[in-house]
Amino acid sequence: MNGRRFGLGALGVAAALSLPGCFSNNRHQGARLYAEACAGCHGDAGQGLGRLIPPLAGADYLAAHRAELPCLLRRGVHGPLTVNGVLYNQVMPAARVDDRQLSPARLTNLLNYIENNWGNHAPARTIQEVERQLAGCPTAPADK
Amino acid sequence: MSIRFWPAPLLAAALFTACSDPAASPPARLPILGERDVRPNPNGGPADTVFTTAPAFRALDQAGQTVTNQTFAGRAYITDFFFATCPGICPKMQGELLKVFKPYAADPRLGFVSFTIDPAHDSLPVLRDYAQRLGVADPARWHFVTTGRSAAARDSVFGLAKGFFTAAQPDKTAPGGFAHNGTFALVDDQGHVRGLYDSLNPAEVARLQKELPALLAEIAARRPSATAAK
Repeated sequence: MNGRRFGLGALGVAAALSLPGCFSNNRHQGARLYAEACAGCHGDAGQGLGRLIPPLAGADYLAAHRAELPCLLRRGVHGPLTVNGVLYNQVMPAARVDDRQLSPARLTNLLNYIENNWGNHAPARTIQEVERQLAGCPTAPADK
Repeated sequence: MSIRFWPAPLLAAALFTACSDPAASPPARLPILGERDVRPNPNGGPADTVFTTAPAFRALDQAGQTVTNQTFAGRAYITDFFFATCPGICPKMQGELLKVFKPYAADPRLGFVSFTIDPAHDSLPVLRDYAQRLGVADPARWHFVTTGRSAAARDSVFGLAKGFFTAAQPDKTAPGGFAHNGTFALVDDQGHVRGLYDSLNPAEVARLQKELPALLAEIAARRPSATAAK
């Protein structure tokens, strides 16, 4: 009896230990990706840097160019760009983490994080929506 | 909980008052960094210790003014190495130096100089635009400088970076084509490097802000008659 209870207990412990393995740890993926790929330039709170780096917090550009943002993150930006009436002209490299481009799922989490923080509000994106928008990027992305 | 811990601050306060005159507690003296050379005194007596000084430089800033070591004679200054189109660590680094700069923006005791490691691209108009976009209005307070566009001048900036304890070199695989780290070097009035700080580490930037007043006080003490002079 004791042995059997011990066996059940061990089974329960093993199940509890393996449970986290069944779920991906994606809940805060957007925040983590932002910290790794974006915060260096755009700031910990999306504040930007002077007139060198545009802010993301309260940026009109996000809503005005919503459909283009997945491509913008995937490909980076060169050339002038206006945010909240200020003209910026820096190079933004493609968002990469660990030297790899971001999957549609990660781009979705990252954009949902940016678009719903620091005073920003936007409808949640779905992965399917982001995949469709990536497929329509101006030129075929150089997939790795 | 609070009762258990009350003696600690009291003890600390007792220790501090016991060791120092509270009115003139001397700030910790910053070390002199780099190689040192001990030279025997030919007349006997104690040997001289000769400390390395920061490398000599001559560059043009965003206003077209020549900037050399002499520009900062008798004053402290902070250096870093950047380039205007740097998509990697520069925005973070310059944003941090901007935080350090702001309280000293009108303080002549401390100068700032940022060397471009991409002189081929960063012409004076580019540097001027960069400074203004960063929010630095007065070129005399924070110099954004180029060592010049000739091949030799371009290479000289990498030697300078080394002299200021910053790793910088062309690297085709790095973002923007240059690999470098974000070291701030704090140099004293005698040209000695007195502190190195990793701009990407907030604790290091906080240490720089904490150590600056100690160095400025040390410099002021060296020239008591000139403390009020510009």
